[in-house]
Amino acid sequence: MNFLGKSWYKILGAGIVLYTLVYGLLIDIPTDVGILDETIRNLFYHVPMWFGMMLILMAAWVNSILFLTKPTTKRDVYATELTNTGILLGFCGLFTGMFWGYNTWGSPWTLDPKLNGVAAGMAMYGGYWLLQKSIQESEKRARISAVYNVFIFPLFIALIWVMPKLAASSIHPGSGESVNFKSYNSSNNMELVFYPAVIGWTLLFVWISELRSRVRLIEIQKEHEENITQHIVS
Amino acid sequence: MKKISLSILFLSLISQINAQNNESLFRSSGKIYVVVGIIAIIFILIVLYLIRLDRKISNLEKGKK
Repeated sequence: MNFLGKSWYKILGAGIVLYTLVYGLLIDIPTDVGILDETIRNLFYHVPMWFGMMLILMAAWVNSILFLTKPTTKRDVYATELTNTGILLGFCGLFTGMFWGYNTWGSPWTLDPKLNGVAAGMAMYGGYWLLQKSIQESEKRARISAVYNVFIFPLFIALIWVMPKLAASSIHPGSGESVNFKSYNSSNNMELVFYPAVIGWTLLFVWISELRSRVRLIEIQKEHEENITQHIVS
Repeated sequence: MKKISLSILFLSLISQINAQNNESLFRSSGKIYVVVGIIAIIFILIVLYLIRLDRKISNLEKGKK
């Protein structure tokens, strides 16, 4: 009965996300948020996508480093699937952000440092995806994509996290000289939903990555067995 | 086990919701709870689907060994 041992984080993640979905809509929000008004609730839905993406890509990065120090199929598959899920989360953040931006700033895409950074960063991860698809030989593919991943993750964080913070002006909260959510948060209750949301969504997407990794491992095992039978037959 | 923990979570949520009685515009008609309920149902069904998928993959893994 090792069921709970492996799946505690799945239950925890699903429970926390359910809590944030429900309580994020019902919680009292600060009234001093300007043009954001009730859309400040998107802090519980849009922002965790980005935070979750960064955490998941960081997990992928760690797996790539571990793969380079001691190459195993498992590490390669984990790194790849975590990155794929991270890219999915990135698109969730991007599209929700475009929708929110369209309704708040009047345009789905502004020349904000954060948006430019994300555009460049997503292109880098597009390169990772292309690497996966373009190299047939599995060992070579695993090595090259691990090196590439180790290289791009710090750059990606610099582009979407560090650079916007250093930028002179940004309309994104918390960047440049703009206000951040801490200064809005007069009653300080938004943190009760925001931080759990980050953790919950991250755990939920780790679960999805785990499912995809297990499917991939079964596929690899099957290919391996087929190769052996072919070898015996020939 | 999962069902118990989920229902405990739900109960604590409901008590928290009842504790609040702020009459903001967002909640004044009381209809927002209907939307919240529907979002919760959709999410629970997605999670149940994921659990089923997880079990299926576990069975595949067992079949291999």
